[in-house]
Amino acid sequence: MSLARSPASLQGAAANVSPPPTSAGRRAPLTVIEPGGWRGLGVAELWSYRELLYFLVWRDVKVRYKQTVLGVAWAVIQPLFTMIIFTLVFGAIGGLDRRVQAPYPVFAYAGILLWTFFSGAVTQSAQSLIASSHLISKVYFPRLIIPIAAVGSELVDLGISCVMMLGLILGHGLPLTPRALLLPLFIAASLVAALGVGTLLSALTVAYRDFRYVTGFLIQTWMFVSPVAYPLEVVPERWRLLYAVNPMVGPIGGCRSALLGLPFAWGPMAVSAASSIALLVLGIAYFRRVERRFADIV
Amino acid sequence: MTPMIRAEGVAKRYTLGARQGAYSYLTLRDSIAAAVRSPLRRLRQLSGRDDGAPFLWALDGVSFEVRQGETLGIIGRNGAGKSTLLKILSRITDPSRGRVELYGRVGSLLEVGTGFHPELTGRENIFLNGAILGMKRAEIRSKFDAIVEFAEIGPFLDTAVKHYSSGMFVRLAFAVAAHMDPDILLVDEVLAVGDAAFQKRCLGKMDDVARQGRTVLFVSHHMPSVTRLCRRGILLEKGRIKMDGGAAEVTGDYLKSDLGTSAERVWAEPSGAPGDAVARLHAVRALSGGRVSESFDIREPVVVEMDYWNLKPGAVLVSAFSFLNDQGVHLFVSSDWFGGKRNDVPKAKGLYRARCVVPGNLFAEGQVRVVAEVSTGDPVYQIHFLEYDSVAFQVVDSGEPGSVRSGWGRPIPGVVRPTLEWTTVRLDAGEAA
Repeated sequence: MSLARSPASLQGAAANVSPPPTSAGRRAPLTVIEPGGWRGLGVAELWSYRELLYFLVWRDVKVRYKQTVLGVAWAVIQPLFTMIIFTLVFGAIGGLDRRVQAPYPVFAYAGILLWTFFSGAVTQSAQSLIASSHLISKVYFPRLIIPIAAVGSELVDLGISCVMMLGLILGHGLPLTPRALLLPLFIAASLVAALGVGTLLSALTVAYRDFRYVTGFLIQTWMFVSPVAYPLEVVPERWRLLYAVNPMVGPIGGCRSALLGLPFAWGPMAVSAASSIALLVLGIAYFRRVERRFADIV
Repeated sequence: MTPMIRAEGVAKRYTLGARQGAYSYLTLRDSIAAAVRSPLRRLRQLSGRDDGAPFLWALDGVSFEVRQGETLGIIGRNGAGKSTLLKILSRITDPSRGRVELYGRVGSLLEVGTGFHPELTGRENIFLNGAILGMKRAEIRSKFDAIVEFAEIGPFLDTAVKHYSSGMFVRLAFAVAAHMDPDILLVDEVLAVGDAAFQKRCLGKMDDVARQGRTVLFVSHHMPSVTRLCRRGILLEKGRIKMDGGAAEVTGDYLKSDLGTSAERVWAEPSGAPGDAVARLHAVRALSGGRVSESFDIREPVVVEMDYWNLKPGAVLVSAFSFLNDQGVHLFVSSDWFGGKRNDVPKAKGLYRARCVVPGNLFAEGQVRVVAEVSTGDPVYQIHFLEYDSVAFQVVDSGEPGSVRSGWGRPIPGVVRPTLEWTTVRLDAGEAA
């Protein structure tokens, strides 16, 4: 189905008819429905549905905290416990606490911050289309809204975690350098990575239900190949650029450097950024390619 | 006048077998196995040229135009392509061939309450549902009071929708949808489900929409509402337009033609059977003395049964049959929840048979069409399948002793024909004597 929403006057001239005025006296927009192959991103249409995106994010956040006893506290508890476990396992037992240039709990939390966002966003968006099958089969809107909203709702938790992060840094008496101002850049980078992987997995999960299991396993493995518990420097220098093909290497390393005032690893950050953009393009292209079949197979 | 909807050669192909309904998705293993078996065919599949599987043209070259202010009813049997056409016009699924042009804002109501979230309050759901239907926030805000008033839920506005009665839920859901103000309104027959007052209200609202010069396209099995609401009708048969003309003429023709519905219908596999992820219909039949029968003596009880798969462990399902006469008049509905029975035992996954006995001497003479339904009644009324014309049978009043007609040769009007107790006594006997 290819859609062209264009000013009625242009379309009217081409088809040699003038569209009827609507009851409200507006010019009637023309919608054309056709079978079609590759399509563009549909940015204009996505933009016109931005309020739906807002409401879906708002619904996810609201429902998530309405149904739980502890509510918003979960956004704090989850990364905090991960930090404690990392500190015990990797820091104390694994001896990593002597190899990092900051108190290990703060070091670990700075990695967990973006990782929790990324893993949550990918997991949620991968399931999002299946979870919204009742919408997909009953009403039209740009389907990309669904995985994007799933990623968006995780941003709220990330915000809460960031406040925690600030508390941890100040609590340990660590200085905040101007580098910390670059944090939004790394959040944006992980957002691009999460959107890319999330849209790709969501579309794959509709077509192949196996991906429900793949997603959990993928995320679990992915954490160990990302510098969450350990510093980037653990990886031998000659492998670091290859390692950074993992799109989360750059944002996690960068976020940690920004918050703890450590030097940036520019090379790996550039590789990760390129890798995220490539994943996003692939994810959206595949999604757009298969989305017209969603209603038939979901 | 220029058309608001122009459809040219619209066709939709569905692949039969694995890719249908809730069982449509493939596992990766299937795909890999197929790729290994026939790599060339797999390549053609990926390029979209060959699906390599048997397929069905659900729609096969449908062309029509609808003008501004016109109300068009689309009728036809199950599987004639009505729902597919509506889904294509609503842009939910794309056509395999052909082209559709729609002028203006399109509102499609394939279901009331799409996207309602039970945990959210009525107020929150109005905004959420409005956004899903394509309304802007400012627009919803300006219509908010009207929606609340129409739904009559004032005091419960800030109560979670899961605590609503099913009546309140449907009223609120319809109220939101009714305030969409589209230029083209596409409506599915599910709207005609519900109590009589609600139906009347739905139809009334659609009437208003049409009167305001908007275009309404209404898909229905319910001939009286089609003739009431629509001036024009299209009869679909096997994915093609069989007849296009005045609504009364087209519905009349449809009713006169033998619908070919038999007294037993079986869907061999859950895939392709009516239903959803919770329940799917396996079979419906009308039985006389334990045998499938197309014809019943008016005096004998009619046993109607349906077999369905419960696919969700622990589902609490309500079975119901509705009976319609050959004019499409809804005679009555019966369910295993009625009469205080509330058959609310959760059911394990499996195949079930629900059976209903309609006593003799209740139906009038003529054709009776059965609508089979399985739904969830609580907390939110949700239909899993609602199969119109699932089966049909003839009721024959031979006039033999014990029947109503017995000894009466003239027409007997009415949609039911019960034998009732009658006594007549003389009241002035004392005085006269």
